[in-house]
Formats: sequence, C-alpha cells, structure tokens
Amino acid sequence: MCGIVGLYLKSETLSDDLGRLTALMLHEMRGRGPDSAGFAVYGSPESGSKLVLLSETDAVNWTEIGHRLEAAQGAAIDISPIANHAVLRTEGDGQAARDWLIAHAPEVTVLSVGQSIELFKGIGDPDLVAERFGLAGRSGTHAIAHTRMATESAVTTAGSHPFSTGADTCLVHNGSLSNHNGLRRRLENSGERFQTENDSEVAAGYLAARMRSGDTLSEAVKAALKDLDGFYTFAIGTAEGFAVVRDPIACKPAVMAETDDWVAMSSEFRAIAKLPGVEHARIWEPKPSQIYSWSRSA
Amino acid sequence: MSVETLSNTALDLSTLSVREINRTLHAAETGAFTLLHPNGAHALACGLNAPIDVSIQGHAGYYCAGMNKAATVTIDGTAGTGLAENIMSGTVRVTGDASQSAGASGHGGLVVIEGDASARCGISMKGVDIVVGGSVGHMSAFMAQSGILAVLGDAGEALGDSIYEAHIYVRGTVAGLGADCIEKEMRAEHVAELRALLDRAGYPDIEPASFRRYGSARSLYHFNVDNVGTY
Repeated sequence: MCGIVGLYLKSETLSDDLGRLTALMLHEMRGRGPDSAGFAVYGSPESGSKLVLLSETDAVNWTEIGHRLEAAQGAAIDISPIANHAVLRTEGDGQAARDWLIAHAPEVTVLSVGQSIELFKGIGDPDLVAERFGLAGRSGTHAIAHTRMATESAVTTAGSHPFSTGADTCLVHNGSLSNHNGLRRRLENSGERFQTENDSEVAAGYLAARMRSGDTLSEAVKAALKDLDGFYTFAIGTAEGFAVVRDPIACKPAVMAETDDWVAMSSEFRAIAKLPGVEHARIWEPKPSQIYSWSRSA
Repeated sequence: MSVETLSNTALDLSTLSVREINRTLHAAETGAFTLLHPNGAHALACGLNAPIDVSIQGHAGYYCAGMNKAATVTIDGTAGTGLAENIMSGTVRVTGDASQSAGASGHGGLVVIEGDASARCGISMKGVDIVVGGSVGHMSAFMAQSGILAVLGDAGEALGDSIYEAHIYVRGTVAGLGADCIEKEMRAEHVAELRALLDRAGYPDIEPASFRRYGSARSLYHFNVDNVGTY
C-alpha cells in the first residue's frame, strides 16, 4: 500500500497555494505510507537547468562537488543545500550534468533535472518530510507527492518516490512491478542510468526513454501498458502536464476530481476533500488502462 | 444501553471521530441519524445491527455500511471501496458512484447504487440483491453464489466469472462474459423477480423485459439438480 496525490492547476489563481494544498493532501495519505514520502513541484521554467541532489552521507561537500562539476562542464554552477538535499543550478547542459554526477560523485543521488521540476524526499513521517523541505510554502503549476509503504526494495531516501530520470519528468507509483529487472537491463543497454534497485524507478526510466525518443506523454504511457507487468496506479508529471493511469485490472485505488480551477487525483477521496471548491467538483474513478492527461501545450 | 431518539440526530465528523459516531449508532435501537462532513472517511456506519435510519451527507470512504444488519443507510454522494461489504440485511443506497467491490460477499439485504459501480461489484455475493442505476466495471459478480445483480447500464469485461447460482440482469451491453457465465433465457419468473427487485430499489418505471439474463453454465463446479432448493 502507498498513497499518491497529484494536483494540477488549470488557472493561475491558486498557484501560490499549490504547495499548501499538496501538503494538505499528502497529510491525508500518511496512513497509506508511513515509511517515507516525497514530492515534486513544478514551477515556472527557468532559463538554465536545475538539479536536485541528495546525499545520505554527512561528509558530503556540496561546494566541492559544485567546483568539480563547474570545471568539468565549463559552466557556472550555483548550489544551495537544503537539509540533506541541494538544488544545483547550471547554465550548462542539465542532462550532461546529471550523467557527470552519477559517474563522478558516487556519494550523490540525482533526484531530478529540468527547468521546472524540484523534487525532494525523505524517510519517516510524510508531514515531517513536507515540513523539512518547505512544501507548504512552494508555489507552481502542478505537484505530485507520494507516501510509501515499501514492498519491493528497502526503505531508503533514494528508494522513496517520486522518481525522475528524464528532464522534468517524474512518476509516483502505488503497486509493484514484476518485470522490472529485465526491463532495467534492457533500458541500461540502451543508455538509461538508474540509481536504485527500485521497481518504480524503472517505470520512470521507461517513460523518460520513450519520451526522449519522440513519444508524447500519452504515447509513452500507452506503450507502458504493454511493457510493464504488475500492479500500478501511476501519476506522472512533465513540464507542461500531468497524467494518471491504472493497470488493466485496476488493482490499486485511484479517484479523480476536476473543477474549473484544478484537476486532482489521489489514492483516496479524503485527500481531495481538502481542496477549495471540491463540493462542486466532478468526481470519478479512473478506468483501468485508460490514460487521463492534462497539458498546457495541448 | 439504548439511546432514545425521537427525531433526527445530527452527528458531525468535523467534531466527532468515526469511532464515536459508530458507537452512537451501535447503541441506538431506533431513530434517524444524519452524518455531516464525512469527507471520505472510512468505515462509516459499519456493523449496524438495528432498524435505524442513517443519512450520510457527502462522500464516504472505504467499507461504508459494511456488515449492515437491519439498518437503512443512504449516502448522498459517492462511496469508496467495499460499500456494504458483507451486508446481512437492510438497505444501503448511494446516490452517486461506488468504487470497487460494492456489496462484496453480502449475505442479504439490498444495495442500490444510483450511479456507476466500478470493478468487482457483487464479488462473491451470497444472497444480497444489488441494483446499479448506471454501469458496472470489470469482473462484477465474480464467484457470485446467490442473490441478484441488476444493472441498468452496461457491464465491463468478465461479467460473472466463475459464477455459481446468482442471477445477473443487464439492460445495456456486456463487454464480455467471464468463465462459465452464459446468457440465459429471460422467462416469466425472471421478469417477475426483476420487477419486484426494481420496485424495491425505487425504479418502478424501468421495464424488466428490457434486460438480458446471465448466469452459470454450471460446468466449473459440481452442481446437482437435486440440491437446487438449497441454493
């Protein structure tokens, strides 16, 4: 069991409340996933790339890592630590920075890369994780969050959701995949880099790889329905959009709601019950194998 | 202990816990109660054991009105997974949609879902009657043993998979029948049975002859016609 929440704002009126509302939703899903939690918030795109990094060792020297990356990339780096994470901004190529960090800074896990996404995660009470990384004070266009009850791999910060392997793409998962080892090998052979043993990271990597080779989010998810074996409800974020999909037998719960101002999804209605205007929302249960997506560009 | 209730008692979930509310409902032998601000809370009005009347004003979470006996529970909103699971008697009605496994393993009573029910509606039903005003999701009436599932809309994939002796009536289309479930002739006794059920469920204008009947081919289990009276 895990808990998922996603909130996509259709207008700018609530953008300053995005983090606060997401934190309220996450709070309601604590019981479904007390092991760990995480969230991704999408803000206005920045000109350069930003990476969110995690280090589980106290000995990490963020400044030194910044200098080394600066030297390797020949581009200016700004790095600001927050708890055991750091947000790194570069005018250089974000994806190349990610690859360099994975290869040369083994004490660091790259949680996200992109122009809009910031992603934070931690072990323990989801409320404390949200507080540690200031979720309630964050603004933006859409957010995805997760509370985890681990089944397929250990309870570690790196193994917490959301997972992101491609630029501005992230995924949260309730369920378990049974063919993730084979799929991970296949994706690694075609150049994908993974940082954990977690099954959900493979799903994130799969979608990112499809989209890198030209798929739209909907096309990538449609392919995933064929290639991923197991139980899943996914909420997926991209720079412009948000999508929800459930496995063909709908093993894991999901409920969605939409008003003129927002689209929300959650594992249970009680998370959605906290949102403003919910009394006038259209509420429905997403059907199995059907892709529900919203996008600013479409 | 008994609570004398002459008029409608309001119980507000914004000030009372689910346990406090269920304790009050369990203590009542008669009366009417209105539950306010449910906000998707789980296990509301579970294990009721007396002919009381409970109205839930808003959306209910999982297992609402589970194990219901004798009581009448109405949800003015939607219901989460496991609505009226293991219902023994009484009536549970939801004005909106119900999530998965509505009426699961119910032994008796009536469940009315005015909107849609999602997957596995009536799974392992053992005598409960379920009427769905909208459509049902996949694997509804899975391993259903006894009782009636009537669907005014459509049914999803694998309807009645591994069914025993329950009766299924569907007015719309059926995406697919499960293992050992077949379409059967709609005879006069079935029209009469469905007429009576639709009347009980509050659908007097729906014509039973517009439904098709589905049931067990009886090839997956050892059915002996001599025992038909016991099902």
